[in-house]
Amino acid sequence: MNAVKIRKLTRRFGETTVLNNLDLDLRPGEFVALLGRSGSGKTTFLRTLAGLDPAPDDAIVRVPAPTAVVFQEPRLMPWKRVWRNVILGLNAPRDRAEAALREVGLAHRIDVWPATLSGGEAQRVALARALVRAPKLLLLDEPFAALDALTRIRMHALITDLWTAHAPTTLLVTHDVDEAVLLADRAVVLDGGRIAADIQIDLPRPRRHAQSQFATLRARLLAELGVNESHFAGAA
Amino acid sequence: MSTMPSTAALRQGAVPAPRQPRRIPRPALGNFRRFLSPLALVALWQAGSMLGLIPARTLAAPAAILASAWDLTASGALPYNLLVSLQRVLLGLGLGISVGGGLAIIAGLSKRGEDLVDAPMQMLRTLPFLALVPLFILWFGIGELPKIGLVAFGSAFPIYITLFAGIRGADPKLVEAGRISGLDRRGTIRHVILPAALPSALVGLRYALGTAWLSLVVAEQINATAGIGYLINDARDFLRTDIIIVGLLVYALLGLVADALVRWIERRALAWRPALVRS
Repeated sequence: MNAVKIRKLTRRFGETTVLNNLDLDLRPGEFVALLGRSGSGKTTFLRTLAGLDPAPDDAIVRVPAPTAVVFQEPRLMPWKRVWRNVILGLNAPRDRAEAALREVGLAHRIDVWPATLSGGEAQRVALARALVRAPKLLLLDEPFAALDALTRIRMHALITDLWTAHAPTTLLVTHDVDEAVLLADRAVVLDGGRIAADIQIDLPRPRRHAQSQFATLRARLLAELGVNESHFAGAA
Repeated sequence: MSTMPSTAALRQGAVPAPRQPRRIPRPALGNFRRFLSPLALVALWQAGSMLGLIPARTLAAPAAILASAWDLTASGALPYNLLVSLQRVLLGLGLGISVGGGLAIIAGLSKRGEDLVDAPMQMLRTLPFLALVPLFILWFGIGELPKIGLVAFGSAFPIYITLFAGIRGADPKLVEAGRISGLDRRGTIRHVILPAALPSALVGLRYALGTAWLSLVVAEQINATAGIGYLINDARDFLRTDIIIVGLLVYALLGLVADALVRWIERRALAWRPALVRS
């Protein structure tokens, strides 16, 4: 039984077809990276899964509940202290927020206003807000794109730890091939609203860039995205 | 009301908060120097009165004004009339804030509400509301009702405009984040939209208070039998410029106190804002 089942998903905005008759299955606990160039429809796909965009009637979109989303921006309510942001929309005590914040290493920031958080901290609070819901499906919409390189490395480790501990089915939308190879079990490349490639990543965790298969997978994914590495190597 | 700040500027987060400049300790003498020229003016005024250059029927001497302020307070006339005026403002403001706020919420939260409410509000807003006095007298007589009504009418619009703009300026990304976190429509309004509109609405409250005092001054000119305005009008009949000045000073003080009150509310209710968090 798959955790997520998508059949015949088509989305059009005016004349443009963003998603074209898409089929995709996610196994329970699977970490899937959804890659694609800008405008390839990957965010639209995630929004449809999250229920933020309506699914067309003729499509099958089956997702488990509860679902949680972490966006590119933290999207914290600036008028709520950190712990109230974490349990937003839940009828949960402060302890639950504290436990989730401890998991992302921010228990000491539980009472502050979001305006005092750094970018990385704010994104970790957003992660805690998703975690506290114990999601069966975790949707990550380029959650590290706005972070600096060092913070991003730490976030990658944190995501791996949290995913290992809680094993939610995870869909990570990203345009960063390294990120996909580093984190995911499977990379799906979206191009022109269709799945252009669906590649298993069977590397043992923790993964390092230095692993030889890493470079091979990376080059393959980049090729699927229309980037030829040797082209740059030749130019250098 | 034409000096209303633009909605874009009201949207929190639209402009990054400037870093608070480090406060340079000002020498005590500099602070004192600021009071020198007003004090000198008062001294000149007192001297002019004593020398007979300023007749008392034109402008009473500062000492005489202080004396009558004391007398009016001791006799209970000032506290009584002040209470009457305060009651008018509070009732009028309460009414104006409720009506203006309620209409803003109706218009802000739905397109249908906007169609229904916004057009008449924008039309009425262009009316110089103080010109309504004759109509209010015809409708409500000369008792408390036209006075409270005028204050309410004047203060409803700043609240309406700023709260409406605040609601419409709420970040749709935050609304979406609330929805995905499980907030229903009511929860979204309570936890996302209204807090987002609060900074703007508080600017409106400050405007509303200013308008309320202005309305009060005008309203109390019409056949009042009590209130600060009555005190002033009554003094005019007896050429008591000292009492008139006391009344004006009380109006000014009330305005200052109201402004301080809103600032206090802002500091507490908007403690989360970056500029306030850092300082």
